[in-house]
Amino acid sequence: MKPDVILNSFGYLAEAAGVTIAVSFAGIVIGFAIGGLVCAARVSPRVWLRRIGAIYVSLFRGVPLLVQLLFIYYFLAEFGLDVPAIVAAVGGLALSSAAYQGEILRGALNAVPRGQSEAAIALGFAGADVWRRILLPQALRISIPPLINEFILLIKASSLVSVVGIAELTRVSMNIASLTYRPLEAYVGGGLFYLAINLILAGFGAMAERRLAIGGGR
Amino acid sequence: MNADLLWRYLPSLVSGFGVTVFCWSVGGAFGLILGFAIALARRLPFPPLRWALRAFVEIFRGTPFLVQLFLLYAGGPYIGLRLGATAAGVAGLALYSSAYFAEIFRAGFGAVPAGQIEAAISVGMAPFDILARVALPAALIAAVPSIVNMLIILSKETVVLSIITVPELMYQVQTMAAETFTAFDAIFAMAAFYWLLVECVSRLGARVEKRVTAFLAHDGARG
Repeated sequence: MKPDVILNSFGYLAEAAGVTIAVSFAGIVIGFAIGGLVCAARVSPRVWLRRIGAIYVSLFRGVPLLVQLLFIYYFLAEFGLDVPAIVAAVGGLALSSAAYQGEILRGALNAVPRGQSEAAIALGFAGADVWRRILLPQALRISIPPLINEFILLIKASSLVSVVGIAELTRVSMNIASLTYRPLEAYVGGGLFYLAINLILAGFGAMAERRLAIGGGR
Repeated sequence: MNADLLWRYLPSLVSGFGVTVFCWSVGGAFGLILGFAIALARRLPFPPLRWALRAFVEIFRGTPFLVQLFLLYAGGPYIGLRLGATAAGVAGLALYSSAYFAEIFRAGFGAVPAGQIEAAISVGMAPFDILARVALPAALIAAVPSIVNMLIILSKETVVLSIITVPELMYQVQTMAAETFTAFDAIFAMAAFYWLLVECVSRLGARVEKRVTAFLAHDGARG
């Protein structure tokens, strides 16, 4: 173990970590938006919307992310749809994450006691307000820990976007390993950056849980 | 696409799929049990235990599965822990997934309305009955979709076991690709097996979910 290999390549690793964070963050945010729509479709009273939601989840959760990324980047180009690498990377992460996030949100929504929405209707809340002010805030609070799970998995899965030519953390670690012939140091260095990113994310999750916790302790 | 070749390698692919399903189901089952125990223990009024478990969750969740598996399999003998490849693989899957399951169960228990627990206490239910008959059924409503998510992700993580020579599906597929120079056929076969597994898990999950949410009426009143 030669720690100076990590120190010498610190700049490259930090830059690559920035790429990993940027791609993952965009994937998380867009995935959350699509995941919300998937969840809404799956709890909709309309049968055809529920079915579309179910097909979406089965497709994007069942097909490996690697295949989805290759499909978006290489296969769509066959039909003249030239997707830039960064768009393919973020899009692939977002589409696949949306299936998982949609399921998490649906579970949380089911766990909000029925009396809550009944009380809101009895008080004369409009349909949209029942969602915006009563159901969504409570569902979001319940779903924070599994959502943080999913975000951490997404950050680790973002190593796959190197197949469409994006130099993120894992790819740069591989390059350093082959340049210096010190694979152990290179991967430990990359791994420490992943750990740091995930610990910060988990910290944000704990903070959000504290902020949204029900007062009065339990 | 070479059907003849697939037919010839079918026995080794099926045996690999069997090993994959074995490692995934045993590792996932122990991960669920361990995760449940962690989620319960984190509710005890004993701060040092809570901090230790929080650290366990953050470390096993924050580092890649491959690294954990290497440390367990290659590093284990240094501390006197000698595991065979399959045993190390199963133990690794269980430890890794338990961190995620612990968070899922914690969120599930957090979603149980406080009034239900208070009501159970006030009618004089024993602590174990409160857990088994009130808290757990209510917690599972929020937890089951996330558990199914995680089990699917875990089934895909089992490919990593091929690196420590567990003869699971990925290992057999790589052997087939190396012996026949047909990467496409081998990977197609693998995709088909995985799709079968994920589809079965999703279906099973949907049935379990129907069972645990049976007492929620699903008509109207939701928005």
